[in-house]
Amino acid sequence: MASNGIRDKVAIVGMGCTAFGEHWDKSVDDLLVEAVKEASATSGIPLADVDAFWLGTLASGLSGLTLSRPLKLDYKPVTRVENFCATGSESFRNACYAVASGAYDMVMATGVEKLKDSGYSGLVVNMDGGDGTTAAMTAPAMFSLLAPAYAKKYGVDDAELKDVMARIAWKNHYNGARNPRAQFRKEVSKETICASPLVAGPLGIFDCSGVSDGAAAAIIVRAEDAHRYTDKPIYVKGLAFAAGPAEGPMSPEYDYTTFTEVVRSAQDAYAQAGITNPRAELAMAEVHDCFTPTELVLMEDLGFAERGFAWKEVLAGTYDLDGELAVNPDGGLKSFGHPIGASGLRMLFEAWLQLRREAPPERAIKSVSEGGRKLALTHNLGGAPGECVSFVSIVGSEPTE
Amino acid sequence: MAQRGILAYGAYLPFNRLDRKSISATLGQGGGKGTRTVASYDEDTTSLGVEAARRALRALPAGAPPPTALYFATGDPAYLEKSNAATIHAALCLDPSVVAYDFGGGVRSGVGALRAALERAEPTLVVLSDVRTGLPGGGDEAGGGDAAVAFVTAGAGLPGGEGVSPRMIVAELVAAAGATTELLDRWRIPGEPNVRQWEERFGEAILVEPAQAALTDALKQAGVQPGDVKAAAVSGTSPRAAKKVAGALAGAGATVADDLSGTVGFTGTAHGGLLLAAALDAASAGDTIVSLSLADGADALVLRATEALAAARPSPSVSAQIAAGGSPLPYPTFLTWRGMLRREPPRRPDPVRPTAPASHRGEAWKYAFSASRCQACGRRHLPPQRVCLECHAVDQMELERLADVPGTIATYTLDRLAYSLNPPVVVAVVDFDGGGRFQCELTDVDPSTVAIGQRVEMTFRRLFTAEGVHNYFWKAKPIPSASEV
Repeated sequence: MASNGIRDKVAIVGMGCTAFGEHWDKSVDDLLVEAVKEASATSGIPLADVDAFWLGTLASGLSGLTLSRPLKLDYKPVTRVENFCATGSESFRNACYAVASGAYDMVMATGVEKLKDSGYSGLVVNMDGGDGTTAAMTAPAMFSLLAPAYAKKYGVDDAELKDVMARIAWKNHYNGARNPRAQFRKEVSKETICASPLVAGPLGIFDCSGVSDGAAAAIIVRAEDAHRYTDKPIYVKGLAFAAGPAEGPMSPEYDYTTFTEVVRSAQDAYAQAGITNPRAELAMAEVHDCFTPTELVLMEDLGFAERGFAWKEVLAGTYDLDGELAVNPDGGLKSFGHPIGASGLRMLFEAWLQLRREAPPERAIKSVSEGGRKLALTHNLGGAPGECVSFVSIVGSEPTE
Repeated sequence: MAQRGILAYGAYLPFNRLDRKSISATLGQGGGKGTRTVASYDEDTTSLGVEAARRALRALPAGAPPPTALYFATGDPAYLEKSNAATIHAALCLDPSVVAYDFGGGVRSGVGALRAALERAEPTLVVLSDVRTGLPGGGDEAGGGDAAVAFVTAGAGLPGGEGVSPRMIVAELVAAAGATTELLDRWRIPGEPNVRQWEERFGEAILVEPAQAALTDALKQAGVQPGDVKAAAVSGTSPRAAKKVAGALAGAGATVADDLSGTVGFTGTAHGGLLLAAALDAASAGDTIVSLSLADGADALVLRATEALAAARPSPSVSAQIAAGGSPLPYPTFLTWRGMLRREPPRRPDPVRPTAPASHRGEAWKYAFSASRCQACGRRHLPPQRVCLECHAVDQMELERLADVPGTIATYTLDRLAYSLNPPVVVAVVDFDGGGRFQCELTDVDPSTVAIGQRVEMTFRRLFTAEGVHNYFWKAKPIPSASEV
């Protein structure tokens, strides 16, 4: 029935991540070369030692040639995957399984997206026109549906909701300001956030993640081989993925205050990793804050807050860098930027830095250095409320005893 | 005894209004007094026609046989070569055996389609629709209006009229007559938005004579004196000629009906029918109504309201729709919608045209707004599904049309980034009475008034046009509260 999981069977031994942003001077090829070069150089693993590759991209290239051509790979298997905004995580997940299955000893998961060459603002995906009956909504509009529904259900008034959303954006900008790889490296005041031009529903410009270019890569080996390459491998504790019947837009029972896919994938990941109290056990979480109401709802879906209370926890600073559970210490999609195919791997990159105590001191999490916590969660979703795909991983700095 | 006439009718005036004063306020000329109706940015003659036809079909008396033919007339067809009547047919979910034909081009095709329908004994749905545009500051822009009207006609006691009872007829056709004149007073080159015209006094001078000839002929056939006419609905392409003939009728004792020029404007192909609908709204049993339309000659119809009319009037009435119009559109918005003012597009890609095969496969959904209901557990699905969301039964579905089922807003948003001629795009999640949910655009709505729990109904619209393909589908619109209509 549920997943068997691959707890402690594979480990990450090298990672690379480009700066995210408007890379007018870099192509898809450049971004991939940079991320892969960093993963290889920092781990000391030559590319020739990698047995197989995965490439995640939503729309920046078709087929494995998108990776093998710029890197001149030696006739190795390259699998190109796509799963909406969870594409980078999907690349990682399948690469892990290939090692866990015994098919390969060493693989690389990569992800890339080049969004800024489109010439348009916001995310643009070219789709077949179909029968023309799907409401033409932009991404912020789809996620803004959460806001009035959440506010109404829990008796939060418009002004309070705006405060909560601004608090999330403020926190992620605060964290991003301490991250040299982030797209937006400036703190932004809550007043500025609240006064930004409206995009969809109550969402202003500052409630939206950055549209950017970037790439990231991870090298994965069998756990028992990990110490050959690094003293500080990051072990995979759980990998979960959920795609449902997309019933939200079709089912009056769905109330737009939760992502069922997230709840299900989190349950699965926690079971695989043996986590019973995520808020107390995790050192940090990188979550899919594509828009501020998304992060709000995720706090409840991931079990970081009681139902109906996440907005109070947000205002209380529970998820701040120095809070009880740091959420998006690297700035998140909001501040780090969101090159679709790279984002899932970028989240893992922050877990990699924090759990290995390699994050810059100005954003190092105390629950790792002082609290001794050793687990991180990454959460990546794609689609829209009521009809999304959701990925949750748990990674840790030590094998289970 | 054989009887021909109207079984049901319905009129549709678009929600939007242009205050003519706003034209002169902007351009320093043109305009005038009163208002005109304005088809929304998401409406065209086909979608207006669908809305009028829905009202007429809803008013059809119980037990009346369904129409066997659909006649659609417009001076502003959405497509040429391809039938627009077929689109209306699909949106109304008519049986494939119902034939659908387009009449068009000249304004006179409106009354022509109605007369052609009245000559058939088989029940016939005739839909007249027009969207009137002229160059900024011109008389057609200010004096025109947008509207559609639909009638179901039939003959009782005649071959083909089986199943039609005289008791179903709400207005009996007593007489009809016409006269034809070749006249270059107003004309439009295909593809051009504006009509060209000769000196107005020319049309006025020429059209009066055929109008009087047709009227005299029809009244004589009917054995009716002008003084017996309770409502003379007179209109035409030459307002001056129409006014002259109407004045003569009034002088002879007839009651001349409001020509709606002050509130709706002249709605071209639809106007004779619209005035007839307004007259029927107000008529008592036994009243004699004359419809006189001047265009390239003239057509006169003499009808008599029956006892059945009072119980068969459609809702809302023409006058209620005139009263229920939205707050006046800014004139620049009107110009933008009509393609007269080219605006900076948003930095977003143009909409993608719907594909023809997908539209054809999804006809029941896209055009008729049919959901599917699981026969195993009763769950309703929009759009239609093969596998049930509830019980996972496969291929146990039955189509169920929801175009006339109201719903309630579960949540909503205003999308300020999405492409639209009327930003922001208002999108709502609608829960339908009796089950089922769908996420769609809201239209004819003030964005600041949208709320969770608001009641909405469906309306057929043209969502956008991309690469020459009109994307027709349904949107939701607020149900006016009882005090508003």
